[in-house]
Amino acid sequence: MSARLEYVLRLADTSLVLGQRLGEWIGHAPALEEDLGLANLSLDLIGQARLLLTYAGEIEGRGRNEDDLAMSRDQSDYRNLALAEQPNGDFGHTIVRQVLIDAFQLELYEGLQRSTDARLAEIAHKALKETRYHFRYSAGWLIRLGDGTEESHRRVQGSLDSLWRFTRELFAEDDVDREMASAGVAPQLADLELRWSAHIDEVLKEATLQRPADVPYVWHGKRGQHTEHLGYLLAEMQFLHRAYPGASW
Amino acid sequence: MYTQGLDSPGREALHASSPDTAALEARFQARVDADEKIEPKDWMPEGYRQTLIRQISQHAHSEVVGMLPEGNWITRAPTLRRKAVLIAKVQDEGGHGMYLYSAAETLGISRDQMMAQLLSGAAKYSSIFNYPTPTWADVGAIGWLVDGAAIMNQIPICRCSYGPYARAMVRICREESFHQRQGFEIMMTLARGTPEQRRMAQDALNRWWWPALMMFGPSDAESRHTAQSMRWKIKRFTNDELRQQFVDITVPQARFLGLEIPDPHLRWDEASQHYVFGPIDWAEFQQVLKGNGPCNRERLEARRRAYEQGRWVREAALAHAEKQRQRAAQAA
Ligand SMILES: [Fe+2]
Ligand SMILES: [Fe+2]
Repeated sequence: MSARLEYVLRLADTSLVLGQRLGEWIGHAPALEEDLGLANLSLDLIGQARLLLTYAGEIEGRGRNEDDLAMSRDQSDYRNLALAEQPNGDFGHTIVRQVLIDAFQLELYEGLQRSTDARLAEIAHKALKETRYHFRYSAGWLIRLGDGTEESHRRVQGSLDSLWRFTRELFAEDDVDREMASAGVAPQLADLELRWSAHIDEVLKEATLQRPADVPYVWHGKRGQHTEHLGYLLAEMQFLHRAYPGASW
Repeated sequence: MYTQGLDSPGREALHASSPDTAALEARFQARVDADEKIEPKDWMPEGYRQTLIRQISQHAHSEVVGMLPEGNWITRAPTLRRKAVLIAKVQDEGGHGMYLYSAAETLGISRDQMMAQLLSGAAKYSSIFNYPTPTWADVGAIGWLVDGAAIMNQIPICRCSYGPYARAMVRICREESFHQRQGFEIMMTLARGTPEQRRMAQDALNRWWWPALMMFGPSDAESRHTAQSMRWKIKRFTNDELRQQFVDITVPQARFLGLEIPDPHLRWDEASQHYVFGPIDWAEFQQVLKGNGPCNRERLEARRRAYEQGRWVREAALAHAEKQRQRAAQAA
């Protein structure tokens, strides 16, 4: 697989898997406003995934479209960040996961707007506008929950402590990242990390939350090394496609 | 959706009027007769207010509970396009719930009160959402039939005498007709698909047809309060009129899909220029209204669970807002 295809799939799958997770909330959120808010995020992410998967299919050149890629790859062929596949937990847990990824995508799409890959630059331009809104939404909630009641503070601090170990992967550079960065396709991950960290520190401060210490083990969802959760997510998402091979919907 | 059995005014409506209120009522009725819109600050008979509160809040609850049966398929939608369209649809229904709660609030009831009535089981919502959605075809059938019936019920409410309700309904109807077309398109794809998909589509039609007809509420003969609601221009057509209109429009659509309406008595009547359909199982309808439908428990439990599990979140938001207020006051 070419580095470019790998790279585009990483972007696509992260958005798709996160969008799928957020979709689980709709109808079950703490208030009607949040059903609508989470639905917005989910819709945007799935929209990004569709554009990116379509592009990935074109790069691959085997005639696979967005649905072929979404519905027939097994988990080891998925390239999303392991953070995106983590289960929703309570609303606060979902918000913590969202803040961590939104701040990352914010800087990622900002950088990708200047990509030498015109297609990616175009997708990033659209996605950046959406991601600004996502980050406002998730950061706003994290601040409310962190600096809310004792219970809410305790819960989101716990979620932060539990999810933090997946953040190392965001910046764990590998050959694909290096090749894309040197070709001017992707921004340098080291630069992103600094800006991500600044966003996170700012939000955590206002939310009165403690930044956890970094942990040594690095997940590599983007190389297909996933946690146990992704298989279930895909089993659900891909069920019709697998139960009725060849049918169109 | 989704109004249903909504023609039952509160007990308050049956109060005898004093001489003072008789004059006010006469003036009120004259305004309604002249097709003027009644606005929140205007005087209105208590029965009118209570009828509207009940109808609009039931309608709002139906939108919100209605998110569940279809929401059930968001994670399993067969393509990414279908998934996005379904999320947007369920999101629209939540939005409808919000406009309608706001419209009801103009009548002097709070959203919290209405939510408490829903969760305690005191308030009703449309019986249709107590049926299960075991297959993807149910998403198509709901869009086609349930949103279709909702439109039929709701278009006349766009001209309802109560301004906020009428205005909310204009926007809602536009979205419902979009949902109806999307649902029909899903059914068409299935009906023209593989034999298994066809079977899935027919099975969904078999299960949703009669509950959809029940959405229009009891037959006119059973429906005691239609006349009062018609006088108040809350209702413009009787339940049976709307049901007939729905059947007349939907039967040809089913034929177009190549699906069979599950009614052996169904036939075209040349004389009346209407379809004649078989008897509705009102005993089933009554049971579903009483809470004994296939999914009443699941639907209410899902709403209760979301509410309970969201409590700490809502409390945190309030506590944070209060802290912000205090900080602002100290800074000033
Ligand atoms: Fe609706
Ligand atoms: Fe609808």
